[in-house]
Amino acid sequence: MMWGLITEIAWALMVARGKQTVIAGVGVVFSITMFVALLGFMNGLNSMLDGLILNRTPHIRFYNEVKPNPEQPIQLYDKESHHVIRSIKPSASRLDIHNSGPIMESLENDQRVLGVAPKITTQVFYNVGTIDITGVINGVNVEKEADLFAFEDYITTGNVQDLNNTLNSVILGKGAADRMLAEIGDLIQVTTAQGNRMQLKVVGYFQSGLGDVDNVQSYASINTVQKMLGEPSSYVTDIQVKLHDLNLAPEMAKELSQIYQVDADDIQTVNAQFETGTQVRSMISYAVGITLLVVSGFGIYNILNMMIYEKMDTIAILKAIGFSGRDVNMIFIMIALTIGVVGGALGLILGYMAGLGIERIPFETEALPTIKTFPVDFNPRYYMIAGVFSVVTTYFAGYFPARKASKIDPVDIIRGK
Amino acid sequence: MQRSSVLRTQNVSKYFFSPEKTQVLKEVCLDVKKGEFVSVMGKSGCGKSTLLYILSTMDTDYEGQLFIENELITGLDAKVLSRIRNEKIGFVFQFHYLLNEFSALENVKIPAMKLGKFSPEEIENRAMEKLKIFGMESHALKKVHQLSGGQKQRVAIARALINDPLIIMGDEPTGNLDNTNSDIVFNIFKELAQDFHQTMLIVTHDDEFAKGTDRIIEMEDGSII
Repeated sequence: MMWGLITEIAWALMVARGKQTVIAGVGVVFSITMFVALLGFMNGLNSMLDGLILNRTPHIRFYNEVKPNPEQPIQLYDKESHHVIRSIKPSASRLDIHNSGPIMESLENDQRVLGVAPKITTQVFYNVGTIDITGVINGVNVEKEADLFAFEDYITTGNVQDLNNTLNSVILGKGAADRMLAEIGDLIQVTTAQGNRMQLKVVGYFQSGLGDVDNVQSYASINTVQKMLGEPSSYVTDIQVKLHDLNLAPEMAKELSQIYQVDADDIQTVNAQFETGTQVRSMISYAVGITLLVVSGFGIYNILNMMIYEKMDTIAILKAIGFSGRDVNMIFIMIALTIGVVGGALGLILGYMAGLGIERIPFETEALPTIKTFPVDFNPRYYMIAGVFSVVTTYFAGYFPARKASKIDPVDIIRGK
Repeated sequence: MQRSSVLRTQNVSKYFFSPEKTQVLKEVCLDVKKGEFVSVMGKSGCGKSTLLYILSTMDTDYEGQLFIENELITGLDAKVLSRIRNEKIGFVFQFHYLLNEFSALENVKIPAMKLGKFSPEEIENRAMEKLKIFGMESHALKKVHQLSGGQKQRVAIARALINDPLIIMGDEPTGNLDNTNSDIVFNIFKELAQDFHQTMLIVTHDDEFAKGTDRIIEMEDGSII
């Protein structure tokens, strides 16, 4: 009953100043639309750019680092002093991970682990005519690599499965392939660091979008690389682990590296700069979005203030006929919230549509083979933040004018006439 | 028969502080009985409007005591005062003071809706009834700006009556009207007094008007003479 009356009066006041009310509403609609579209777009781009690196990076990588023996012989003689003489150089004997089979098995059984993929990274020379081009061939388990690291997304030509199906096959980095003039189906010759030579058949091109990577890296099945190096099938230089929760990586890396007696890197340490970049970018987009909302809040504040000056008489009459300060306050808060809620809802819808629109704009670059249109993130969180914020800003925009209205002394107004 | 007191003041004084301290009301004592039609007369600036605002509970900044139906009103909370204004006091101002955003009927209905004592249908019926008393029923759905000055004042009186108030207060209700309309409005007040025994307190400086009332209270320099 009470609320009905207050709503009715609020509505009548808004209709009486229809144009200004609509303008205030449009301000909110615009800012919410921009907020949602901007955040969606920015974060879409963000996650795409991060994805370029992060999707393809294991959360934890186990490997043997090439390093000198920490216990040099002279230390056996005198433990206390500083030693200048170092005689034992790093040994190249064990790049592979000892006991890789059992380690992988125990990792697979770990609850926190999403998946495990073995990998061999080896330096090679691509023999092109009379010169050699340095490169890296990654021996991968094709299925797991595709499952865990979106390997297929980066194969621009050819089929991943051909690595398994075709004997001694290779997927060349696009840059490397261009240099070697290697077409699909061609045979290329590579020489390993140990001097073994092998002919590999090109079955596809690989393009990550990072030029340095594409000029050097190529992929072959893990068996092919083991054969190339002349190593047994237990030979694995890297174990890549993907976790359910990425944030556990640093802790687990430390823990497991002690258990398995092998070096471990976690994704946070390796890619710290991406994390920072992402945070800064989303901070900027939040700041811009919130600025828009605050500006529209000032618009509402202005219009309500004007309305109160124009409607002094109305407020005085309402008070004279028995409305309390609180009732008047609620009327103006109601006006502000109506503008906020209606404007906010329309803004969310328009923002969603703007997102759909941006998602259709073609965006093709050489560097990003898998991206055809602008990426947009439709995370419901942005819509919730925008919705809540539109109500909160309009509430505060209404709060001060409403308080002023509630304090108007009817005697002053009536006497003033 | 001793009639009960509706509105009583005891030594009400009021000061204005700007530009300098001046006493506008000097220990005013006043008693309005049930069913009385009282007019307050006096020159401009004698404090009669100020007194009316204090009586209406809108102005709370005064010394002395105010009683409505022998209950002390002075010092009550603003919310309670709003309620009292809503329920017990009907206002008619010099200028029409209707809400321009609403129709005549809605203007009459609003105090009743605020009071919330009757159902919406009842309020609608009562409002139409009140408008009918003043021959305004055919204008019920018109917006305020479509009404003439006299018509607006009649609607305002209908609004003042909607909650069957204890007392109607008027601040020069005919002051802004031409003679014809002024007469119409005066006759309405007369009718209310005779037929409905409505208690009324009207501030005016229209001698004609005052002569028609039961009792004239004359004021000069903030005191009743």
